[in-house]
Amino acid sequence: MKKIELNNVSVSYIVGDFSTVGLKDVVIQKIKRNYKVKEFLAVDNVNFSIEEGDLLGIVGTNGAGKSTLLKVISGIMRPTNGTMSVNGNIASLLELGSGFDGDLTVKENTFLRGAMLGYTREFMNQTYRSIIEFAELTEFEDRLFSHLSSGMRSRLAFSIACLVKPDILILDEVLSVGDGAFRTKSENKMMEIIKGGSTTILVSHSLAQIRRMATKVLWLDKGKQIAFGETQEVCDKYEAFLNQK
Amino acid sequence: MIETIKGITLKIKKNQFLFEELVKRDFKKKYKRTLLGMLWSLLSPLMTLLVMSIVFKQFFGRTTPHYTIYLFSGNLVFQFFKDSTYGGMSSLMANASIITKINLPKYMFLLSKNVASVINFGLTLIIYFLFVACDGIDFSFRFLALIYPVVCLILFNIGMGFILSALFVIFKDIQYLYEIFTMLLMYLSAIFYTTDAYPEHIQKLFYLNPLYVYITYFRHVVIDGYIPALPTHALCLGYSLITLAFGALIYKKYNYKFLYYM
Repeated sequence: MKKIELNNVSVSYIVGDFSTVGLKDVVIQKIKRNYKVKEFLAVDNVNFSIEEGDLLGIVGTNGAGKSTLLKVISGIMRPTNGTMSVNGNIASLLELGSGFDGDLTVKENTFLRGAMLGYTREFMNQTYRSIIEFAELTEFEDRLFSHLSSGMRSRLAFSIACLVKPDILILDEVLSVGDGAFRTKSENKMMEIIKGGSTTILVSHSLAQIRRMATKVLWLDKGKQIAFGETQEVCDKYEAFLNQK
Repeated sequence: MIETIKGITLKIKKNQFLFEELVKRDFKKKYKRTLLGMLWSLLSPLMTLLVMSIVFKQFFGRTTPHYTIYLFSGNLVFQFFKDSTYGGMSSLMANASIITKINLPKYMFLLSKNVASVINFGLTLIIYFLFVACDGIDFSFRFLALIYPVVCLILFNIGMGFILSALFVIFKDIQYLYEIFTMLLMYLSAIFYTTDAYPEHIQKLFYLNPLYVYITYFRHVVIDGYIPALPTHALCLGYSLITLAFGALIYKKYNYKFLYYM
């Protein structure tokens, strides 16, 4: 069964000074008739499909449109053009540490984040203990979130997001969370989820990691799809491209 | 069939959990977990009331019966409107770091913010009724009719919140423009003066201002001792439903585009 399928998906951003100006400026520009909106194709005509149990690695230099593509797949953005179908519930780990509230305690933040990720209260009551233990934050649960170190923050975020069994898991550079010991633990946890039959999309700048884990690879450059296919083949091409630069 | 029903109930359950957690967060942030925090938010409308009644009693107090309550009614409604719409306006941008990372129904942030304002309004309302009792107005079952304008006002505030938060995502200067707008609106809402001095047809123009309608409803019930006629009811509900529908439409149509500006 096809888990994720994208047909000719494009996403264009509106750029220029538009996003920073105020209503007054827009009105004046409209009167002067020099009101312009520029569009910028962050993702340009991407086609691929992956099956259940696949691990798709996405590679590409900075600004290739990887994160935008992940936002489209996780439903945060809608494609400007093209169609997409996604079957199953998604857990997406985009930029883990952000979106927490410094004025709330660790415990309150855990429940809030759980609610945002679409868990139910019963589920959170059941799993709260194991989340906190996995994040190794048991002594900190009543502390304010702003008092945690950044490593602790991402450990908590990782633990909340990963203690479920999602159908589709989206990872954006998150395997490098925490210190050495936690990193091994998180990678093991991740492999457990992936081996459990979840379909996974992984964005990483570590080619070694992609080669080791991915079953398929998508290479993006400046929004365009350069290649999609077997891991070693695409990785070889990408490596050659990187060496050339 | 059973699967879809199960799916829908699960979705409601999840959204309800999210909503409760958001309300808790907004409430805790607002009052900073202190009793004093709550008292402060009550003190501010009382101070306004005090200053206004000292200043304006000389001008209007002699001819207007129960002038303090007259003033308080106006302040009560207007402050609730202001508090709720200001909170609503920033509700999306304040949660930008969440909205750009997790796919959530965006109106949740607005609604939870509104719940915090409603709680605050409820507390002020208790003080309002204390003042009413002190001013020698007898309580009656008629007061229950006040539920109607309050519900309309809540819907109106949510509608305004929809519109303002969407505008605020795109135009960052809307904050300052809205400040001027609310100030003008306050003077047009007959909070500290009466409209009796104006000719009949000008008095009617005041009804174009939704806040004036809600304030007048309060004054009629509490001070004048009667429940307004049907047209006032229609006007109350009409303003709130139109605003709400317009705001909801904007959200429905454009909520996926907000992201570009965050």
